[in-house]
Amino acid sequence: MLREEELKTFVDGTTRYFEVAAQQPASIGSPYLLEGEPAMHDYTGMINVSGKREGVVYFTAPRAMLTVLLMKMQESDFSHESMRDLVGEVANTISGNARRDFGHDFVISVPSVFAGEKPQINRPTGARAFVIPIHWRSHSAKLVVSLT
Amino acid sequence: MDTAQDTGTRRTVKLLIVDDSNIVRRRIERSQQFDDLEVVGTAANGIEALELARRTDPDLVTMDLTMPQMDGIECITQLVRLKPEVRILVISALADKATAVEAMERGANGFLNKPFTDRQLNEAIAELMY
Repeated sequence: MLREEELKTFVDGTTRYFEVAAQQPASIGSPYLLEGEPAMHDYTGMINVSGKREGVVYFTAPRAMLTVLLMKMQESDFSHESMRDLVGEVANTISGNARRDFGHDFVISVPSVFAGEKPQINRPTGARAFVIPIHWRSHSAKLVVSLT
Repeated sequence: MDTAQDTGTRRTVKLLIVDDSNIVRRRIERSQQFDDLEVVGTAANGIEALELARRTDPDLVTMDLTMPQMDGIECITQLVRLKPEVRILVISALADKATAVEAMERGANGFLNKPFTDRQLNEAIAELMY
C-alpha cells in the first residue's frame, strides 16, 4: 500500500518537471485521498506500474495548460497530437524519476493517452489513490497515484 | 574525432535521435548547439533506430529507454553489435542507478536523466564527442 510519505517522491518529481521543462516551478497543493471517480481534464497520460509495486500513475491536464507548457518549451506545434504526446511524456517522466526512490523493480509501461473519452483506469483492488493537485500559472492539473 | 586544431577542418558529427516522444525529439534537435553536428535521422522506437542506423551511419545516438516495440536497452545491445564505434547517450526518465549501470554495460557511453536543461544536454554531448 502506498504510504503517505512515499507521495513525496511524486510531489518532488512533479515540481522538478515543471521547474526544468518549463523553467517555472509548479505549486503543489496538499495531496488528498481520492473517493470515487476523479474529474478528468481534457488530456490524460497514464502509466501502468508492475513489478515490486503495482498500480497506476496518471497526469491529467486541461488543453489551455498544455498549450502554455508547450510554448514555454519553445514548441510551435499545438496540435491534438502534441497535447497527447505531452501528457504522456509528463506521466512517463514523473513515473520514471520515481525509480530513484522505488528502485529498479518499479517497472513502468509506455504511456497510454486519453483525450475526450473516459479513460479505462485499472486501479489495483483495495489500493488507495492519492490526488496531487498541481497549480501552474493560472492553470490546474492533477497527478493521481494508486499503488500497492 | 578530428578537431580544428589537428586537421584544420572539423568533420561533421552525424546524430541520430531516438525517442518515442515527438516533442522530446524536436527538443533535442533544437537545443543542441554544435555547428558541426548534423541530425541525420529521428526514430520513435528501437526497430526504427536500427534501420536508420544502417542507412545513416551515425557517430552519436541519443537513446530513450522506455519505448514501444523495441526498448532502448535492447536497441543499445543490437546497435553496438551493428556499429561498435558509435557513441550512445541515453536520455531517459528512468532515474535508478541500476538502469544506468545496465545501459552502460550494454554499451552506452553516457546517461542523462529527463527532464533536462539545454545546458545539461550540451554538456553531455560535449563530454562524449569533443
